[in-house]
Amino acid sequence: MMLRVEAIAGGYGNVQVLRGLSFDLAGGEVLCLLGRNGAGKTTALKAIMGLIRLHSGKVLLDGTDLSALPAHEIPKRGIAYVPQGRRLFSELTVEENLTLGLMTRNHGQETLDRVLALFPVLRERLKQVSGTLSGGEQEMLAIARALCVEPKVLLLDEPSEGLMPAAVAAVLDTVHALKAQGVATILVEQRVELALSAADRVTFIENGVARETATPAALRADPAPLHHYVGVGLHGR
Amino acid sequence: MSFGPHLLLALLEGTVTAFVLALTALGLSLVFGVMRIVNVAHGEFFMLGAVLAWAFSSLVPGMPALGFLLALVGSALVVGTVAIAADRLILRRLNYAPEATIVATIGLLYIIQQVVLTVYGPNAHPVVPPINFRVVFPWFGYSGYKLVVIGASAALLGATWYTLTRTRLGLIMRATQFDRETAQSFGIPVDRVYSAVFALGAMLAAVAGVLIVPIQQAHYLMGLDPLLLSFIVVILGGLGNLRGTVMAAFVIGLSDGVISVFFSATLAKIIATLFVALVLVVRREGLFGEKAR
Repeated sequence: MMLRVEAIAGGYGNVQVLRGLSFDLAGGEVLCLLGRNGAGKTTALKAIMGLIRLHSGKVLLDGTDLSALPAHEIPKRGIAYVPQGRRLFSELTVEENLTLGLMTRNHGQETLDRVLALFPVLRERLKQVSGTLSGGEQEMLAIARALCVEPKVLLLDEPSEGLMPAAVAAVLDTVHALKAQGVATILVEQRVELALSAADRVTFIENGVARETATPAALRADPAPLHHYVGVGLHGR
Repeated sequence: MSFGPHLLLALLEGTVTAFVLALTALGLSLVFGVMRIVNVAHGEFFMLGAVLAWAFSSLVPGMPALGFLLALVGSALVVGTVAIAADRLILRRLNYAPEATIVATIGLLYIIQQVVLTVYGPNAHPVVPPINFRVVFPWFGYSGYKLVVIGASAALLGATWYTLTRTRLGLIMRATQFDRETAQSFGIPVDRVYSAVFALGAMLAAVAGVLIVPIQQAHYLMGLDPLLLSFIVVILGGLGNLRGTVMAAFVIGLSDGVISVFFSATLAKIIATLFVALVLVVRREGLFGEKAR
């Protein structure tokens, strides 16, 4: 499995955000996108999902040009999205949210059981309206809903936002578990420490372009790119 | 006739009005709820249903029951097709922008009205009821067909409710209503859902028109009253709240029936409109609306 983002450019209306962004990732790999607010991280994920129109460039999944497909066909090719702020169907129940995930690629009970095994707390709350869950449970549901797609590639946009440490740890565990199953993950994350512990590679985005890619080990040895592109250092340094 | 039987008659008339209104308003509410557009042409779909019912039933003269069934299915299909065409050719091209779609559907209202005037003419035409028995009460006889209207409307309301809450199609519609973009990220073809919802809304109005036409006659201007009353009901029920819409239809329909029988139909409309204005002053989210979460 290979996802290749080739020099994509685009944005919202007349505002251009992405200016020739490129990166790629393979199955089982976790790529973290880091950059300042407005650099284009979330927009890059939306571009992969076909939610914004590209002026130029391509998104290729195993050679298929996703950017030529209508937005609703892209998840059917095996890409699942956990948007920023979770975007649950908050008036629907937990079960209905998961069913919508399952329906994306016609998966059934077997997939649901496997997903609920990862998030046992959701099984007790299937009939509950999802907007009434706690923040951590909502994040788990958003990820569970995405996993019901049985994705080859998972896009996670700031999954740790507003979560308690225990819930952040659960998210991290899930990313590791998926990696072991060969799922590729693109993680947009503000917490540098979390990003470094989850990622295989980190790509720094600035003004809609990928400036530099490094491994967490290299960044721990030399955090200069973190200072330069994100404006933060590692704790205790 | 003494007061008791008179009130019974008024309540029966009100119930018929309420059910037909509930069907029509449910269509408007569904379209507003899912697509966030105000369809000013909704009453014309009602009118089109009624006029087509006349056309379909005149295809099989002398067989009112067959004509009626033909009208129910045929009108719904034709109006549904018109609605899908309107969605694809007009609403989609406007990106469902709220202001633009109001103006566009006003245009659609006049186009449908004038086409019907040109083809069908300015006269009202009656349609023979499919059944012809009278329910005899000790004080008065009552048209059995009106009871059929009540039954058919109730069945359709039930079917719509079942579809929305218990089927995958309904789940897809509700997901699209709550978050269009996220729905797309889970493989839901939002464009097709919009077409389907617009068609379903129009078909509900059309069927209401078919049901009413043996009572009221088909006329090219008959869409105005149902449009006004549907707006009243949808606002009263809380915008996009389907259960509220149906409940409000009963409040307005029953009071309309009772006031029309005891006083006049005009007074009934005046009171209904005043009532909505007053409710909105006190509760902006409508009688049954929930405050936004």
